Amino acid sequence: MSVSGSTTPAGSTVRAPDPAPPERRPRRAHRSRSARVREDRRAGYMLISPTAVIVFVMVVLPILWTFSLAFQDVRLLNLRTTGVIGAYSLDNFKAVLTSPGFLDALVTTLVYSVCGTACAIGLGMIAALALRAPFRGRGVVRACMLIPYVAPVVAATFVWKTMLNPQFGILNHYGTTLLGWKDPIAFLSSAQSVSPFGIDLHVSTSLLTVVLFEGWRSFPFAFLFITARMQAIPDSLEEAATVDGATLTERFRYIVLPQLLPTLAVLTVLRFIWTFNNFDDIYLLTGGGSGTQVVAVRVYDYLINRGDIGAAAAQALVLAAILAILVTAYLKLFGRSEEVV
Amino acid sequence: MSGVRRDNAERRVLAVARPIIIVLLLVICLFPFYYMVLLSFRPLDAVLQDPGALWPQLGEIDWGTYRDVLTSTASGGQGFLSFIRNSAIVAVGTVVLTLVVSIPGAYAVSRLEFFGRRQISAVFLGVYFFPAILLAIPLFVFFTRIGQRGTLSGLVVVYVAQVAAVSIYMLRNYFDTIPASLEEAAAIDGCTRLQAMRHISLPLALPAIASNALFVFMIAWNEFLFALLFLVEDRSKWTVSLGLSQLAGSIEVPTTVLMAGSVILTVPIIVLFFLSERWLAGGLTAGAEKG
Repeated sequence: MSVSGSTTPAGSTVRAPDPAPPERRPRRAHRSRSARVREDRRAGYMLISPTAVIVFVMVVLPILWTFSLAFQDVRLLNLRTTGVIGAYSLDNFKAVLTSPGFLDALVTTLVYSVCGTACAIGLGMIAALALRAPFRGRGVVRACMLIPYVAPVVAATFVWKTMLNPQFGILNHYGTTLLGWKDPIAFLSSAQSVSPFGIDLHVSTSLLTVVLFEGWRSFPFAFLFITARMQAIPDSLEEAATVDGATLTERFRYIVLPQLLPTLAVLTVLRFIWTFNNFDDIYLLTGGGSGTQVVAVRVYDYLINRGDIGAAAAQALVLAAILAILVTAYLKLFGRSEEVV
Repeated sequence: MSGVRRDNAERRVLAVARPIIIVLLLVICLFPFYYMVLLSFRPLDAVLQDPGALWPQLGEIDWGTYRDVLTSTASGGQGFLSFIRNSAIVAVGTVVLTLVVSIPGAYAVSRLEFFGRRQISAVFLGVYFFPAILLAIPLFVFFTRIGQRGTLSGLVVVYVAQVAAVSIYMLRNYFDTIPASLEEAAAIDGCTRLQAMRHISLPLALPAIASNALFVFMIAWNEFLFALLFLVEDRSKWTVSLGLSQLAGSIEVPTTVLMAGSVILTVPIIVLFFLSERWLAGGLTAGAEKG
């Protein structure tokens, strides 16, 4: 999967010009320059090799090995006897793709990542706009906005679970005493479909809750990105529009928003990828129960609870392939606008 | 004229709406953490009787939860002190090793012309977008087979491999901003490339290195999936994150005691974050700002 190049932050940075060769004393410079180029090349390889080795051994090789595992019958029990050369077959893929629940998990993953991404970016946009104009203490408020993003995921999920607890959670307490709910809501263990105004959304209460959690936890990232981009919009543009009689909403619609679009496009890709791959949040909140089993949690279930390593690997590969296809399609559709970033 | 009037009306609406939105956002962001601290100080039966209390009653404050959670299991506690030690070993080990490999790497990618230098950062960054769960399978199998699953050092190696790419990316951006002419001056004075790097660019990059260290520390301290896969079988090896998640599933440990554990897990991160907030925010968005 190649999610790099112009869409990632790396591609968007301006590289410093390469160190220019010294040009003062031309005759000696020629010799010292070629010596320096050679020295640079050697030093370059030497300095990058520790990282290259560790990334190769701990990331690239394992990924290749996943392919090997996915085509073999590997279980936790026969792990010690399995080698790289074994009986390859497509059985794992067949079993995984036709197993009950896989399609559901895939749909859940999609719903979770699309809605989670939308929630995070929407909330991030609101926060960025609300904190745009300076006021006293804005720095502190900004820092506070980032806390959900930096806090340990285990602590954040635990406190949410406690707040949403049907017996003594604070939300259900006030929901039943102040808001007049008839019964406490089991936010994290209810597979019941959410149906506002009688419209069945085919989304369980739990799935909605984990989506909201994802929005809460990730909006600071969007907020940071959008704020940084907003600061780069020259004031003169909006001032000119004000003089021309544009209202506040018009200035947002025709001046600020177009400037933000490339950033929003990049943000969408980043957040989508990370939400799509997310394991921690859902595993910790619901354990994958009541309509929240995403593929990543299912992979874990196959790996640890069933001990079926081959099937887990096959499933993880399918997940990565689908993600790669989605991201590529997105880049093909919207790639143009991102070149600007 | 009507544009101006509408503009004024919109401004007035916004003048009211904006503070409300800001306060709401603050409540959303901070309340869960306030609630965490609050519960960690209230006795369990008080919480069960009055779940809606927004502050502790007079004389209700109870430090006992912290004692319970920190004392070792042998003395009837939850043994978080040893979890903290494990987390600290893993996080500090990851920081040191990551810096050792990524400072030279970032310098090379930023400054030196060698074959494949552009491709290498793209490959490294690609790693960052790979599903962790996919990597988890072969690493789980690999470390099981070499008998190193269940060791803290094995976990450190895995973490370093995962964060080295981001670390190089952040540091490279900083090296790019240090003028190459400084090193050229040193070269004319007879410094080799490595000497120039050590004596000129490294000291200048110290702020970036410090913020990078904090960033890596936070990632390693917060990490959950690999800690779960590698260390879950042996309680004496649990990190704070893993310990909290494992105990949260059992009914024997009171929620308030675990809230004290959550506070212990969260406080170091929040403190580090406020110490380094300016740098971190800058580093995270370095790519966006230049758009």
